[in-house]
Amino acid sequence: MSLSLPYALAVWRRNAVMYKRTWKWNILPNFFEPVLYLFSIGIGVGAYISEIGGTSYIAFLAPGLISVAAMNGASFEVTYNIYVRLVFEKTYDAMLTTPIEPDDVLAGEVLWAVTRACIYGGCFFIVLLLFGLAPLPSSLWVIFVIPITGLLFAAIGMVFSLRIPNIDMFSFYFTLFLTPLFLFSDVFFPLKERLAGPWLWVAEALPLLHPVRLARASFNGEFSVTVLWDLAYTLGMSLLLLLWARRGVRDRLTN
Amino acid sequence: MSKHASPAPVVEARGISKKFGDRFAVDNLDLDVPAEVCFGLLGPNGAGKTTTLRMIYGVTRATSGTIRVFGMDIGRHVRAVRSRLGVTLQQNALIEALSPKENLLVFGRYHLLREPELSRRTEELIDFLELRSHAHVPVRQLSGGFQRRLAIALSLVNGPELLILDEPTTGLDPAVRLALWSRVRELRAEGTTVLITTHYMDEAQRLCDQVAIVSAGKVIATGAPAELITTRLAPETVEFDCTPNEEAALLDGVASGRRLRVGRRLMLYLDDTTDLIEQIRRHDEGDRRSIIVRPTNLEDVYLSLTGTSLEANP
Repeated sequence: MSLSLPYALAVWRRNAVMYKRTWKWNILPNFFEPVLYLFSIGIGVGAYISEIGGTSYIAFLAPGLISVAAMNGASFEVTYNIYVRLVFEKTYDAMLTTPIEPDDVLAGEVLWAVTRACIYGGCFFIVLLLFGLAPLPSSLWVIFVIPITGLLFAAIGMVFSLRIPNIDMFSFYFTLFLTPLFLFSDVFFPLKERLAGPWLWVAEALPLLHPVRLARASFNGEFSVTVLWDLAYTLGMSLLLLLWARRGVRDRLTN
Repeated sequence: MSKHASPAPVVEARGISKKFGDRFAVDNLDLDVPAEVCFGLLGPNGAGKTTTLRMIYGVTRATSGTIRVFGMDIGRHVRAVRSRLGVTLQQNALIEALSPKENLLVFGRYHLLREPELSRRTEELIDFLELRSHAHVPVRQLSGGFQRRLAIALSLVNGPELLILDEPTTGLDPAVRLALWSRVRELRAEGTTVLITTHYMDEAQRLCDQVAIVSAGKVIATGAPAELITTRLAPETVEFDCTPNEEAALLDGVASGRRLRVGRRLMLYLDDTTDLIEQIRRHDEGDRRSIIVRPTNLEDVYLSLTGTSLEANP
């Protein structure tokens, strides 16, 4: 293990410096996106749904969208942005001429992706608070759900980005992986009411399902065994994938 | 003062090899880079120069052999070694959206430099590499020469004892090359050890105290440029065009030394050229063949060792 926190933070800092220059423009869509979803799906579609899982449709939808925002925030960072730094800007080749080691690069980048997830997810949460859609104080638990959602999708994206042959592969990642997750992970409808027997077990493998359930449990203030399972999945899967990504980073940066 | 003391070499590589698949990029190479000299690693593209450098700063692991930098085993002390050296990569790795000053600040933080040291160092390097006029302009708007100077500034941010320059002047115009050479000389004069790769022999000859010529992953000659020229060839070169058939007649009976042929061009390396020139003039009679007499340079040594076949003619 050759991870050093100060060096990992230097990697994180590089991205923060870049982001600081453009954050005013970058952060605006983070506020508009939830508003658009809430109006279109929550209020528009929701008008035809009298009740879902004991609440209004918009109240059902809101927490899941926080997890989606966190997923997207992390995913953009560890896909296109990582790839550009890796292949085109040679950022990591330059870093590895300094005392920074591959493990620091991975840790710094994952930490930055988690930061972006917190910005995306946090903006969404603030909007929900302003609309009165986040029950207080229970929904504050989501503050813990956002970073671990970011961690999971940072790890998944890292493993993918380090192994693809070219940048065009990311369109598959977004349209064939993230979009289906977005549509079929309890965000818009409860899977357990639409899926039969064995398929419910298959659905448990979907990574976004767990953060969405955690966000909803936070909002509803319900804590059950499922919450423990969702936490275990999110953290355990993150850890496994980060170990895999660690090998990928070393293979790509050193030989 | 370094002339008298003989401190341990900054880089000591013993029998290092690197295998990619079944090809050896570096093949049982030995290298000693003494302290406070400018050392040139010369060789054609694909000779293994960059791989050797990468092994020295610990990004490529040697398949076999040992490398000590500052007396430390690179495999075990990567961070400690890299904190004391700087590397200018062959391809610039700059943050194009940021200004030179911001690039320096970001890069300084990779070395964990803190304020006020970080700003002080940044300002020093902006002056040293003459970046002041465009210190606040985004890098993507700067010329190639300016970007290259910034890349070198980045590799100096930690005040390295060893500066590694991988093809620093490839693609630069002559004025920028001259300016960079003088910076490298200043650094060396202040006690920095410089390890440079290049395939420009004039650069190596003007800049380097010692060189190692690398071919197919091995060092095939090493020494001071002037010493290599006199021991491998001779101080004077005579150069002219002739066919292989003419060659025998032209040079008949003259102690013509070593010779090198590139197409129609024949080069002869001699301690004294007067007899040879007289003989060629006699042979040609009234016909004034164009003959160039010049000092032998590292290019000749390099060509004779790596490229065209060189035959000894006793």
